[in-house]
Amino acid sequence: MEEELMAKRRPIISMGGRGGAQDGKRRTLPMPVRYAINALLVLVVLVVGELMVDGGAITRYQTSVLQQVGVYIIMAVSLNIATGYLGQLPLGHAGFMSVGAYGCAIFVMHLSEALGIGARDIVAGGPMVALVVFAGVVFGGICAAVAGVIIGIPALRLKGDYLAIITLAFAEIIRVVMLNIDDVLGFELTRGAAGLTGIPSYSNFLNVFLAVAVVCFLVHTMMKSRHGRAILAIRDNEIAAEATGVNTTYYKTLAFVVSAFFAGVAGGLYAGCVGVLQPANFGFMQSIEILVMVVLGGMGSMLGSVLSATVLTILPEALRAFSDYRMIAYAVVLVLVMIFRPQGLLGSYDFSLSRVIERVMNRDFPWGKGRGGDAEKDAEAEGVSADAGR
Amino acid sequence: MFENVSRRNFLQGSAVLAAGLGLAGCSGDGGGDASSDGSTIKVGILGPHTGDVANYGIACRNGAQLYFDQLNADGGINGKQVEYLVEDEQGDPTQAVTAYNLLVEQGVVGIVGDVTTGPTTAVAQQSVNDNMPCVTPSATAAEIVTYGDNTFRACVTDPEQGRIMAAFANEQGYKNVGTLYLKGDDYNEGVNNAFVEEAQALGITITTEQSYSAGDVDFNSQLTTIIATNPDAILAPNYYEDDGLIVTQARQQGYTGVILGVDGWSGVADYASAEDLQNCYYCCAFSSANTEGLAAQFTADYEEAYGETPTNFCALGYDAAMVLAGGIAAAEEAGLEAGSDEYLQAVIDGIASGSVEGVTGTIAYDGTGDPVKSSLVLTFAEDGSEEVFETIDASA
Repeated sequence: MEEELMAKRRPIISMGGRGGAQDGKRRTLPMPVRYAINALLVLVVLVVGELMVDGGAITRYQTSVLQQVGVYIIMAVSLNIATGYLGQLPLGHAGFMSVGAYGCAIFVMHLSEALGIGARDIVAGGPMVALVVFAGVVFGGICAAVAGVIIGIPALRLKGDYLAIITLAFAEIIRVVMLNIDDVLGFELTRGAAGLTGIPSYSNFLNVFLAVAVVCFLVHTMMKSRHGRAILAIRDNEIAAEATGVNTTYYKTLAFVVSAFFAGVAGGLYAGCVGVLQPANFGFMQSIEILVMVVLGGMGSMLGSVLSATVLTILPEALRAFSDYRMIAYAVVLVLVMIFRPQGLLGSYDFSLSRVIERVMNRDFPWGKGRGGDAEKDAEAEGVSADAGR
Repeated sequence: MFENVSRRNFLQGSAVLAAGLGLAGCSGDGGGDASSDGSTIKVGILGPHTGDVANYGIACRNGAQLYFDQLNADGGINGKQVEYLVEDEQGDPTQAVTAYNLLVEQGVVGIVGDVTTGPTTAVAQQSVNDNMPCVTPSATAAEIVTYGDNTFRACVTDPEQGRIMAAFANEQGYKNVGTLYLKGDDYNEGVNNAFVEEAQALGITITTEQSYSAGDVDFNSQLTTIIATNPDAILAPNYYEDDGLIVTQARQQGYTGVILGVDGWSGVADYASAEDLQNCYYCCAFSSANTEGLAAQFTADYEEAYGETPTNFCALGYDAAMVLAGGIAAAEEAGLEAGSDEYLQAVIDGIASGSVEGVTGTIAYDGTGDPVKSSLVLTFAEDGSEEVFETIDASA
């Protein structure tokens, strides 16, 4: 909707001599075309990627790294909803990830047993397996969302540091519950400290990156809807938002729960990548790592989250050769970015393919006759227009 | 185009460049050749060499490297040198799977690892699909060897250690035993539960089972409860930092009886005084105080190579490498093509049917991935140094 408004507004702005269109009217792409272009690109990337994985052009090691990249992209993008868009600082994202991971893994294990699907069949795939995995991942997301509601309602009465601490505490509670719930229930569910093992490896390149595309699309559309604007309004000025009739409690909880839901989805996929879940893997440091991805990429920028999740997941692997020094290099990168670029690598800038295409259509290039700077600023002012198709 | 590059543009550019380099680096590393070439045999050493549990991983790695270096100096296996590839996984199951995949791509024919339970389980589940022989020096959870025939371990399991100590307690004539263990950790709970079960079967009364949480440093209330039940012995199946405190606090409360432990005690001497450690017994696979045979030789070699006294984990790493090398030798003798499925199966069969004289005792496998091997029961001399109390032979 915002895009449409922009499209309508643009001709008026461009009257001032901006843009290269001869008739003074800026040429734009209609919305269905924009979605079609992005959907097509996603499809191409997925098909080409899958063919490369199948054909061995991307090796197994690289595939396993890419799967982690996918999982952490979803984690970062989902945390970005609460951090970048809602403007809060939750420190318990790993808690939601663990709820989703356990929920999804237990669901898939039990359902596939009930349906008589063996671990090998799951690896082999098939429509039935796809359905079970899809249901499992969504179930994991729902579990995390329920945890998000339970935590969000009391926690979001607080702000800033207080919220950070209370979410941190809740994530620890989740971890301790995972450790001890079996004793309370009297039967095996999470298997405590020994960890949940024997999870079939149902995650693969295709379903992880399909999930990445769907999550990015859903977050993008949500942020451009009425609800998204309400959330941004709360970030910019909560009192003003409330004064204009935004139900701040509702929207804060909504953003928090949606954020938890997608973290649960990522957790579900993570469980399928690793095959073993131990509560100790979802500690405080995991939450911090995800927050680092969001802050480094730029709070409020989806492209930033995607990029920094990718770089920060690949970096330790790429630096494997330097073994002992890789953690130092990682730390140095973080310190440098925070000194020279405190708002994150991309700030709140977001990439829109459609915008680029439109600019090309209008022959409005950043280097064209010194208008570059203006166009750039204009693009940045558009704020959230994260492009789902990316 | 470049006339006014702002700092922002520059940084954006650098970020993109960094991402590109990262990807390139990733692809550059990944491309190993699919199988060992004729002249060398590639094996992997996988473990946590950085991070929280790095001390275990480094100890195992050093032990395994020492074995392969000695093997190479003696002419290798079947005239071929062993080339070991070391990968770090930071104690994280995700990275363990990634590192495992990397090793497989580089054409290893067997892996010494992983080291701790969680990552080892993840690797065990993955390696079944490749039938890749893996020998873990130290992962003790029972189910690791149940995923397939390809995973073996060089150490005894947690429950086995519990049973060994129960048998020891019975043999020493302790009638009442209380226990104090860390709750929420599979190692401590596993040992405790097996000990309690076995001890009760042997007619020992378990007077009380007390637990504490990770990070606790004051055990006085639990110890008061235990000592009030007037036990002949207290079992503390935990890691050495906690055990040192438990021993000290128990002695401060005036308890002079026996305190039992398992291999987590290795290194406890730094955490409790020699006087307090009197009357303490624990079972362990290896002790540098062992002056007999291979163990003494290993201690001397290790000290020469690394300048420090080997721990239990070093010895287990050494033995795990020896077990794997034994399997590879069997496959090499059969003259199979390195890296083929038959070769890997031959390595597994070689390990399963073979028997090696390790520094932690003779290791043989009785149809499962669990070794049949002896254990040491250690105690402390007057000056606080460890000494071998007795050797418990393999229980078939």
